[in-house]
Amino acid sequence: MILPRWRWWFVAALFLAVVIAAIYLPILRRNIKQAATLQQRSEEQARRELTQPTVINPSDPKVKAKLFWASGADDGTVSAVVVELPLASDPVLRSKQVLNTLLAGPVDTELRTLPPDAALLAFYLLPDGTAIADFSEALGTSIPSGIESEQMAVDSITRTLEANVPQVRRLKILIHGQEVETLAGHLDLSQAFVVYANAPVGPRAATSESPTPSSVAQQLTPAATAVKLAASPDKPATKP
Amino acid sequence: MLLHVGRFVQNTISRKLWLPPFVLTACLVAMQVAASQAPQSSVPPAGQQTPASPVAAPPPGAATPAPPAQTATPPPRAGLNIVVLDPAHGGTDLGARGTGGIHESDIVLDFAAQVRTALESQGFQVVQTRQGNANPSFDDRSAMANAQRGAIFVTLHIASTGTPGTARVYVMNDMAPGADATGLIPWDRAQAPFVSLSRKLGDHVQGLLAQRFKGSPPMAQTASVRQLRTTAAPAIAVEISSVTVEDRAQLDHMAPGVADAIARGAAAFRPTYVVPANPGERP
Repeated sequence: MILPRWRWWFVAALFLAVVIAAIYLPILRRNIKQAATLQQRSEEQARRELTQPTVINPSDPKVKAKLFWASGADDGTVSAVVVELPLASDPVLRSKQVLNTLLAGPVDTELRTLPPDAALLAFYLLPDGTAIADFSEALGTSIPSGIESEQMAVDSITRTLEANVPQVRRLKILIHGQEVETLAGHLDLSQAFVVYANAPVGPRAATSESPTPSSVAQQLTPAATAVKLAASPDKPATKP
Repeated sequence: MLLHVGRFVQNTISRKLWLPPFVLTACLVAMQVAASQAPQSSVPPAGQQTPASPVAAPPPGAATPAPPAQTATPPPRAGLNIVVLDPAHGGTDLGARGTGGIHESDIVLDFAAQVRTALESQGFQVVQTRQGNANPSFDDRSAMANAQRGAIFVTLHIASTGTPGTARVYVMNDMAPGADATGLIPWDRAQAPFVSLSRKLGDHVQGLLAQRFKGSPPMAQTASVRQLRTTAAPAIAVEISSVTVEDRAQLDHMAPGVADAIARGAAAFRPTYVVPANPGERP
C-alpha cells in the first residue's frame, strides 16, 4: 500500500513531535521541581530573615555561657561547654542568643545535638516563666530519628536555657508555628518541658509536664506542678 | 443487605444450576447468621477484656481498636498474663532509615515475631498492635493495652544513633498525676500511675540486655516517649542500635537476645505486679 505524499509528511511530523516531547518533557519536569524547591527555600530564607534579627551585640557584657551539646560518651548524655558570649540582659533576647549559638553547633561537629539547617524562628516568654520556642521544620525532618537522639536534642535546649536564662521555667517547642505530636516520631512535643532553673543536683532527663489542651496558653498554666527532678548544669545530664 | 445481594445471586444460580430456590434461601440465611456471630467469636476469653475501662476515652479521631488477635496459650493465670507488643511505625512511616536501605518499621516487625515466641514460651499471651505493614495511631496502640487487664506494654524501636550492637530500655519520665473527680485516669497522662512499675519492669529487661549486649546501660533510662504517655499499664520502649549498620544481619543476630531479655524480664517482673481489678485501673 502506498501512502500519499502528504500523509508521509504528516506521520513524519507526528514522529518528530513525539521525539521532541520525549526529550523536552523530562527537562520541563526537572525545571518545575527545581523551581518548587527554590520557592520553598526562598520562603524559608525570607522567614528566617524576618524572624531572626537576633545578633550578638558586642557592647553587651561578656558572660560565660554554658551550652549543652553531646558529651561524646555515646550514652545519650549532654554536657556543658563554657563559651564567652556578649549576652543581653533581656530574657527573650538572651534566650534567642544562646539558642542560636547552640544551633550553630560546637567546634566538634560530631557532638552536635541539633540539625545544622534548623533555625529558631521565634521565641516568646510568658509572665509565668513559660517559654515558647518556634523552630523551623528542619528540626524535625533533619534530626536522626530515635528516642536517644530526640531526647538529646530536647535536653540540650532545656539545659542550655536552664543554665543561662533563669526566668525560663517551662519550655514548649513548636515546629514552624505549629504544635506537633512528636519531634521525629518518638519524643513527645505535645507537652511543655520543665526547665529546672535553680534546681539543686541529681541528673535526669528533661521531664515533660501537663497534657495538651486546646491552646498553648491554657496548657501552660502556672498551676501546673513542676516535677522536682533535679539536674546539675555542670554535670552531664544522664538518664538513669 | 446480604439477603438483597443473596437474592440476586440466588436467582442467577437457580437459573444456571436448576436448584430449588428454597435450598439457596436456606444457605443464605445460614450465611447471614454466621456473619452476625463472627465478631463475637474474636472477642478474647472472659476476664481478659471488659468494656468498662476506667481510662478516659481517647481523643476524638482515634479509631476504636479492632479486637486484637490473641494466641492460644496455656490456661490463663491470675495476675500479669498479657503482653501487648508494639512494633513501632509501619505503613508510610518507615521510622529510622539506614544508608543500606534498612527501615526501622520492617526490622521491628521481624523482632516482634521472635519476641512473641519467647514471651509465649514464658506463658504470656501476646497481643500485637500491628501484624503487617499497617500504621495504627499512638492512641490506637495504647488503647489495645488499656483495654486489657493485667497487661504490660512493650514498644520496639531501632535507633539511628548509638553504638551498634547495644540496646536501651526507656521508661516515661515522672508525670504529675492528673486530678480527676470521677476517678478516671486522664487519657493524656494514663501512664502517670504506672511510672514506678514501668521503671521496675524496665530495669529488669535492661539488666538482662546489658548482660547480653556489651556497652548497653545497666538500668532503664527515662525519656518523654509519646507512645508510653497514653498507656495505662507498665510500659517500656526498647531501642536497638542501630540502622546505621552496613549489613542487616548484624541486627538480625541481636533479635534472639533481645527477645529472651524481654521475655525473662517480663517473667521476673510478674510476681511484683499486683494486677488491678479492672482494665486500666490504677495499680
